[in-house]
Amino acid sequence: MISFWTLFSKEVLRFWKVGFQTLAAPVLTALLYLLIFGHVLDEHVAIHGIRYTGFLVPGLVMMQVLQNAFANSSSSLIQSKVTGSIVFVLLPPISYGAFFAAYVLASVARGLVVAVGVLAATAWFAPIRIEAPLWILAFALVGGGVLGALGVIAGIWAEKFDQLAAFQNFLVMPLTMLSGVFYSIHSLPDIWQSVSHYNPIFYMIDGFRYGFFGVSDVPPLRSLAVVVASFAAVSGLTLGLLRRGWKLRA
Amino acid sequence: MPAAVSLVDVVKRFGSLTALAGVSLDIAEGEFFGLLGPNGAGKTTLISCLAGLARPDSGQLSVLGRDVGRDYREARRLLGVVPQELVFDPFFTVRETLRIQSGYFGIRGNDDWIDEILANLDLTSKAEVNMRRLSGGMKRRVLVAQALVHKPPVIVLDEPTAGVDVELRQGLWQFVRRLNGEGHTIILTTHYLEEAEALCGRIALMKQGRIVALDTTARLMGAHPGASLEDVFVRVMKGD
Repeated sequence: MISFWTLFSKEVLRFWKVGFQTLAAPVLTALLYLLIFGHVLDEHVAIHGIRYTGFLVPGLVMMQVLQNAFANSSSSLIQSKVTGSIVFVLLPPISYGAFFAAYVLASVARGLVVAVGVLAATAWFAPIRIEAPLWILAFALVGGGVLGALGVIAGIWAEKFDQLAAFQNFLVMPLTMLSGVFYSIHSLPDIWQSVSHYNPIFYMIDGFRYGFFGVSDVPPLRSLAVVVASFAAVSGLTLGLLRRGWKLRA
Repeated sequence: MPAAVSLVDVVKRFGSLTALAGVSLDIAEGEFFGLLGPNGAGKTTLISCLAGLARPDSGQLSVLGRDVGRDYREARRLLGVVPQELVFDPFFTVRETLRIQSGYFGIRGNDDWIDEILANLDLTSKAEVNMRRLSGGMKRRVLVAQALVHKPPVIVLDEPTAGVDVELRQGLWQFVRRLNGEGHTIILTTHYLEEAEALCGRIALMKQGRIVALDTTARLMGAHPGASLEDVFVRVMKGD
């Protein structure tokens, strides 16, 4: 338990020490999205009866939770591998379960800190309504967990920073941007609505947004089931790879 | 009483390269043991297998009777390894680094021991300095300190004095000798053969993944009267 707690604390301390890059930057990015899209569309678009800027805020918050959870575990691992300091974690008697839990929970922690920052920053531009806080928390925790675990896989798989960037730019970024952060999928043509249902991040965003407005494209329980199933699948895969020492132990 | 380290017919291949071609070796508790050989002889691979960083294709390895594969957590707890590469985590100070490393081994509140290690490695004045700001020699000392935080009974030093000034070498060897005197088993790889000659009670010479000579330092030297360990090393490697 001490080894898990130490690794978790070390990972939290790591992102905290470079908070300007890991916490402030994503808050600023979300704010820019809100200012630009909100300014252009707020007068013209309402979704589920909500003005566009208000609709956009929860999506931006959840997008940052997911992207930062992924970035935390993946960047920490690739950096440790490239510099060789991963050896400090591999030599001690840390179980693969503790290794997994520490990296994923630290990723979720970073996602949550960024979420609070984005909410605080955007509160000046759009009134925040919270209908069901437990749904918000559930989707943030489990969704962050999915991306944190995916980040562990990416960080272990990648041998160079550009490989990790490819994973982020060609998989994580498109999946998050095309998940309904900026729109309701009901505004899409039928074919793209159907395609969206195969994107697990769509359910994370939609369920998270339900917690704010009490309305969603898909019933929240179904969304939660998809997100929990995704977490179970990605976690199972990650734990299996860690148990084998895949790309970590020669 | 189990050997401090026991290797039985250890084989490790990387593709078509056989890094370890059936290495068997017992190192007794309390020994100061030298593992010598040219680059590519398999020393670091052997240490990696022992530390769980690499998995052997066949053979058995144990630390104080604990199998490094089946009972990996206990085996790793008994082992302290100073890696060959000069690696560090740039986010933390020296003290933070040592506290974190202690925590990985399940230890908290061991600042007294950390202070003692820092003092013995002449790092006390650098305790609150970030790792990035240390010189290469200082970083090497921290690597040694990290391997000692959990007071392992078996300590593996993989070229610990590479790039280190004379003063630190002397201080380091004084400290390691003291640990050996207190019962810690020391396994040393080094390219400084005069250090091995002065420190090690027994030496194994490796070549192309095999042990080609294994004896006490005195007997190895005695077989070649008047020769230094370096001369013995060269002759054995040439197959004389």
